Amino acid sequence: MTADAKRVLVLIPAFNEEANVGGVIEEVQAAVPGTPVLVVDDCSVDATRSHARTAGAKVLALPHHLGLGGCVQAGYRLAYELGYEYVIRVDGDGQHDPRDIPTVLKALENGNCEMVIGSRFVNGNGSHTSLLRAMGIVFFRAVLRPILGHPVHDPTSGYVGVNRTALALFSSTFPLEYPEIEALVVLQRKRFRFVEVPCRFRPRRAGRSTITAVKSLYYIIHVLLGVFVNILKFEGRRK
Amino acid sequence: MDRLFDVITVFSLILIVWVLSSVRRSHIRVEYSVSWLLAATLLLVLSRWRTFDDWAASALGLPDSFLALAIFAGAAFLIVLYRQSLRISGLKDSSITLAQQLAILEFRLEALNEKVQAPNAR
Repeated sequence: MTADAKRVLVLIPAFNEEANVGGVIEEVQAAVPGTPVLVVDDCSVDATRSHARTAGAKVLALPHHLGLGGCVQAGYRLAYELGYEYVIRVDGDGQHDPRDIPTVLKALENGNCEMVIGSRFVNGNGSHTSLLRAMGIVFFRAVLRPILGHPVHDPTSGYVGVNRTALALFSSTFPLEYPEIEALVVLQRKRFRFVEVPCRFRPRRAGRSTITAVKSLYYIIHVLLGVFVNILKFEGRRK
Repeated sequence: MDRLFDVITVFSLILIVWVLSSVRRSHIRVEYSVSWLLAATLLLVLSRWRTFDDWAASALGLPDSFLALAIFAGAAFLIVLYRQSLRISGLKDSSITLAQQLAILEFRLEALNEKVQAPNAR
């Protein structure tokens, strides 16, 4: 991975995903051959790092656990510094089907938007969504509708592609916890556009999700607060 | 009622000694101890300055002067906690930025090492 003439980077944030990350990388390489894959390891305590390297990805290893937002932002920062035009984020747990990367990329290349969301609800497959998450999605759709000025079907999707303009923004300003929904508000504040494209989602292949009922409640409160703070916020100190 | 004021006096003295001892053992940095010491000293002074407490209670329409002291104490510690939250938030932001930059530097260093070693391996 050098700093010259690069277009697309596939970014995989991962935390303790040794059972999944290798398979995800192989699927990405099969879906978009020759595209560099960067795994951002959020200080995993298992063998995520070595599995990612063995599978052929480059690894950005964080020195301590930053959480999803900090982890993704680190990848965005590196991609921006290295001059990539497009970055497509695929989760390391195998829930996002990498065969949809070309669809996301095509929508980005059309140039009508700064961000593309891979959605499980736009002609897609939302059947693998848990009841709790589905309820959260319905709730946040209703909250975001008046803020964004148009509907978003899958606001919690982490299957996201960004162009260089959004990459520049996210390199300096990115929500640190539960970033997906707040990132939409950050985009809206800059009058950036996003589109949704249908993508396939699958159940996680191995390991357990860390989301519990209590965490879901915390998630809702945290994200709601984050959304409203982002609406009111001036350009803060973090650069 | 006097006993409650004495309890607050003892509490603020303990807090001052505790904070100073933490500073001495380097558990708290001097700059982070100032807010706590100011709040504890304020509490100590107010717990012994009954004339002021009586005046504050009547000015605020409170039934007794201890309530006035309790309100001052609550406000002082809320301000201290708010200041600490500001500092923690700033430090967390800095630590995240540093961690990201360190990771990126290590990544670039590794890439450079690979480049340098690649011709040597041939």
